Amino acid sequence: MFEIGLTHYLIVSAILFCLGVLALSTRRNAVLMLMGIELILNSANINLLAFSRYQGLNLHGHVLALFVIILAAAEAAVALAIVLHIYRTHHTIDADRINALKE
Amino acid sequence: MEMTILFYVFAALTVVSAFVVVFARSLIYSAFSLLFTFMGVAGLYVLLSADFIAVAQIMVYIGGILILLVFGVMLTRQATDVEISASTLRIVPASAIVWLTLATLILVFYRTQWTEVRVLPSIEGTTMELGELLMTTYVLPFEVAGILLLVTVMGAALIARRQEVSTDV
Repeated sequence: MFEIGLTHYLIVSAILFCLGVLALSTRRNAVLMLMGIELILNSANINLLAFSRYQGLNLHGHVLALFVIILAAAEAAVALAIVLHIYRTHHTIDADRINALKE
Repeated sequence: MEMTILFYVFAALTVVSAFVVVFARSLIYSAFSLLFTFMGVAGLYVLLSADFIAVAQIMVYIGGILILLVFGVMLTRQATDVEISASTLRIVPASAIVWLTLATLILVFYRTQWTEVRVLPSIEGTTMELGELLMTTYVLPFEVAGILLLVTVMGAALIARRQEVSTDV
């Protein structure tokens, strides 16, 4: 119990993942849904690094985590741009009230 | 022993601030508590002897993505209402499913017999080996990621551009 092992990191990452899914499924604010996506990506990264530390995956897990970070940055930039555009045309970012593809 | 204490400190920081992110009343509280989540995750990366990834996490997430999110929060604030609407709906079925999933995951993690391969953490850091891997084995994904970032910058600028007099929307 006191020796920190693989299971501890996996549990932290599972909690982060579930909180991210909860943010995605219950909150209707588009920016907050993006934050939920970031939580999920972070939990995936914790998993990758924990397995590369404790399961002999070595640095290949680190490379994969680095690519996850790169993709998260790209995703956040494009998604925020889309959210800003939606806000400009719909004057709301409530995901339930955005129901038209054009004005 | 101090590793254990540090792990619990960082894990508690991560989990508690992630709770605040999801359940905060105001969106700006969520954004700022996401900062502490990212810091805690970076600390966990350091404990996993992933120093380069930890620094990349701080620079990209806290320096980039979080700033973007705060800008998003502020730019999409309605002028009429003081508190940004953070309505929740279907919270009972969603949280039931999510907590059930979490319980299942934790049960699976405890029941599995992990074969622990103790890889001794290298003292001199992982940056040099990571750079060599990126330049040899993973050179094609590395270049593709560069192209992806270029396209992303152009696409984000194009989408978020203010179209004052546009006829072809």
